[in-house]
Amino acid sequence: MAAEREPPPLGDGKPTDFEDLEDGEDLFTSTVSTLESSPSSPEPASLPAEDISANSNGPKPTEVVLDDDREDLFAATEEVSLDSPEREPILSSEPSPAVTPVTPTTLIAPRIESKSMSAPVIFDRSREEIEEEANGDIFDIEIGVSDPEKVGDGMNAYMAYRVTTKTSLSMFSKSEFSVKRRFSDFLGLHSKLASKYLHVGYIVPPAPEKSIVGMTKVKVGKEDSSSTEFVEKRRAALERYLQRTVKHPTLLQDPDLRQFLESSELPRAVNTQALSGAGILRMVNKAADAVNKMTIKMNESDAWFEEKQQQFENLDQQLRKLHVSVEALVCHRKELSANTAAFAKSAAMLGNSEDHTALSRALSQLAEVEEKIDQLHQEQAFADFYMFSELLSDYIRLIAAVKGVFDHRMKCWQKWEDAQITLLKKREAEAKMMVANKPDKIQQAKNEIREEIEEWEAKVQQGERDFEQISKTIRKEVGRFEKERVKDFKTVIIKYLESLVQTQQQLIKYWEAFLPEAKAIA
Amino acid sequence: MRACAGPRLGAAMMEGLDDGPDFLSEEDRGLKAINVDLQSDAALQVDISDALSERDKVKFTVHTKSSLPNFKQNEFSVVRQHEEFIWLHDSFVENEDYAGYIIPPAPPRPDFDASREKLQKLGEGEGSMTKEEFTKMKQELEAEYLAIFKKTVAMHEVFLCRVAAHPILRRDLNFHVFLEYNQDLSVRGKNKKEKLEDFFKNMVKSADGVIVSGVKDVDDFFEHERTFLLEYHNRVKDASAKSDRMTRSHKSAADDYNRIGSSLYALGTQDSTDICKFFLKVSELFDKTRKIEARVSADEDLKLSDLLKYYLRESQAAKDLLYRRSRSLVDYENANKALDKARAKNKDVLQAETSQQLCCQKFEKISESAKQELIDFKTRRVAAFRKNLVELAELELKHAKGNLQLLQNCLAVLNGDT
Repeated sequence: MAAEREPPPLGDGKPTDFEDLEDGEDLFTSTVSTLESSPSSPEPASLPAEDISANSNGPKPTEVVLDDDREDLFAATEEVSLDSPEREPILSSEPSPAVTPVTPTTLIAPRIESKSMSAPVIFDRSREEIEEEANGDIFDIEIGVSDPEKVGDGMNAYMAYRVTTKTSLSMFSKSEFSVKRRFSDFLGLHSKLASKYLHVGYIVPPAPEKSIVGMTKVKVGKEDSSSTEFVEKRRAALERYLQRTVKHPTLLQDPDLRQFLESSELPRAVNTQALSGAGILRMVNKAADAVNKMTIKMNESDAWFEEKQQQFENLDQQLRKLHVSVEALVCHRKELSANTAAFAKSAAMLGNSEDHTALSRALSQLAEVEEKIDQLHQEQAFADFYMFSELLSDYIRLIAAVKGVFDHRMKCWQKWEDAQITLLKKREAEAKMMVANKPDKIQQAKNEIREEIEEWEAKVQQGERDFEQISKTIRKEVGRFEKERVKDFKTVIIKYLESLVQTQQQLIKYWEAFLPEAKAIA
Repeated sequence: MRACAGPRLGAAMMEGLDDGPDFLSEEDRGLKAINVDLQSDAALQVDISDALSERDKVKFTVHTKSSLPNFKQNEFSVVRQHEEFIWLHDSFVENEDYAGYIIPPAPPRPDFDASREKLQKLGEGEGSMTKEEFTKMKQELEAEYLAIFKKTVAMHEVFLCRVAAHPILRRDLNFHVFLEYNQDLSVRGKNKKEKLEDFFKNMVKSADGVIVSGVKDVDDFFEHERTFLLEYHNRVKDASAKSDRMTRSHKSAADDYNRIGSSLYALGTQDSTDICKFFLKVSELFDKTRKIEARVSADEDLKLSDLLKYYLRESQAAKDLLYRRSRSLVDYENANKALDKARAKNKDVLQAETSQQLCCQKFEKISESAKQELIDFKTRRVAAFRKNLVELAELELKHAKGNLQLLQNCLAVLNGDT
């Protein structure tokens, strides 16, 4: 579809910029451009969306490396300090070869101070990739979530996040804009999208989870590292959530999404509160759904669905298991960092009391090395968490959404079944009436039943159409999802491995500096 | 030291060990290095050539090569158990003649309980995990067991070598009996009564130690040593504990890599998309990198934790020496006072005089040898720290480079594929 174009100039001339902005036009001129929407789907968007089925590879390579994004974020949060040479941050490995759609600002963690953003080598590789996958869909929108700010006091306080959008899609009025949103706004967005799209088979990315404990600490004003971590975790999760949502070609067209991104004032989403009327209704529905699932016995005519469901079930289990192990790793790594720090202090004390000067000096050096290493472990633990662990937990929730979509299909089938059964009953009733000979009432009743039969025939047809539609949508969605998943995992895991590489390189540096000190003991 | 003859737990258990000789020789050098200053002369060379681990005891084969006339043969071996080492150590401590020397600290009791427990739990839980996981964990635990085993062998050996290198202690009769007598020494472990006696003795000793340490020393050298040792000992204790915790965290993290590798493998074999190759490669990476991380933890344990633990024990032995000297100084001063009193009363003067002379001789003898011992202790300590710190740094570098290589290779493959 799109040929490789020269990236538009961006002020600081950053290399890794793949906003092939001109491709925005292609969106509109693409051949098969109608939204795959069944009559029952809401609000056909005014803009034609790319037809996903026209391309064999769904997800878009030009989804961009969020260098720019991060730069801006850093500017906003004023954390950039490029002069601490030791902390060659793990971040510098982030602009990774393939695009990193969902983990842009992973390491703005409280303790990290310096970032360097250059990655010229990566630029070349990514360019090639773009050319290869140039016939994929091209998304031209970047979302950043930043600047968590506490608003208000006490139990009514909340965190406001800045949502910045950079895009050249013409459906948006500006090319760059930002708004302030709070967590419940995100939940509200998800709830709206879910109610519109889930039941017709679209996999709507789930929003980050609520956390009463976490938020309470923040509200109460505990300014400790655990609450800053919590806020950072949430910020990153919200960002990934939005990125995933806008990547979905259908959801991107949704006006609610647009309103969320663009409008400065958003009606407060109160239905998202856990204990509200809507919240309780949700819980009841969930329970009802669970019961229903057990009772629906569907005649699966399509082996594909059965197979897929099983696959997702397996995948779910495996991911959960992996997630548990990774969480353990994060925990132990943090422990290691703390223990290393303790040891460093102890070694310094030992060096102080050692009365042989050279040995004393060497021990102090050892203490310094260990202290640096403890920082390293700390940073690695962040990487472990934000890259690996969060990826897994995101996908565990996504798979739950996928399963939900399959369930909706079952319900759709059930509805169709029910309509067929009712139609049958009506026809039987009609037949009975024909046989019984009561001329006076019969005409009226006959008409009534004729009407009902027609009504139900229509419903049956509708049900069939709906079922076919949802099946078709699901197939497409699952295809897209799988591609996404593969890409996501590969990208993030590669990034994670690169962080491990960084750590080892640092370790080598530190120990190489220490070795002559140790040898100098005379 | 033949590691393969080592823990005879059943042939099946030993299959998975892949670290044999390399690990062994490093470790060998590592612990011997603690006593790097030992002149290994032909006159007397002692080592532990073999070891056997049974249900609840370890049997060490002590091998001696000597050209000294005291022994019947030039080369011989006996089998000894831990209690016999303790008996030997205690006989040194109780020997008045050796009061002026730093008695090499006794080796710690071999403790396989934790490891055995883990192996047992693994056996019980065999049904609940996959074959690969089970094999992996078994290998891991076996390696752990082997490591503990080697460590305990090395520590017993170090004790013997220290004794053999000491110009006075090496001539001790008990030592020769220990080395040569090829029957069981019939040394039983202390029974409850004796343990209780020991406990009281220790209490009295520490109380006495406090009293005695209150006496200011005229000699600057010893005064300095005393203050130094006290502080040093405490700090080494602290450092040793913290180092332990650090190496254990390291090991836990390495274990996590193991599980992550297994999970990735499972994902790789079950996935339907082309990511399965990817997962399998990453799983392999985690398995390999885990081995390296485990080695890092083991090496840190050896070069750092063990070093600190050893010097914890040695500094205690040095403190004991100082205590004995102070004790003898107090005795000497008391004898002086007694002599004065006797002279004043003109009663039992001769007795008092001889007693005073004995005390004086004892004190001077101890002081002289103690001075040398403490100087030697410092030399040994500095050398040992130097060797271990250098080796630690070298090993850390080696492992980090190995890790880096692994990661980079893996990344190259993964990036090439995608």
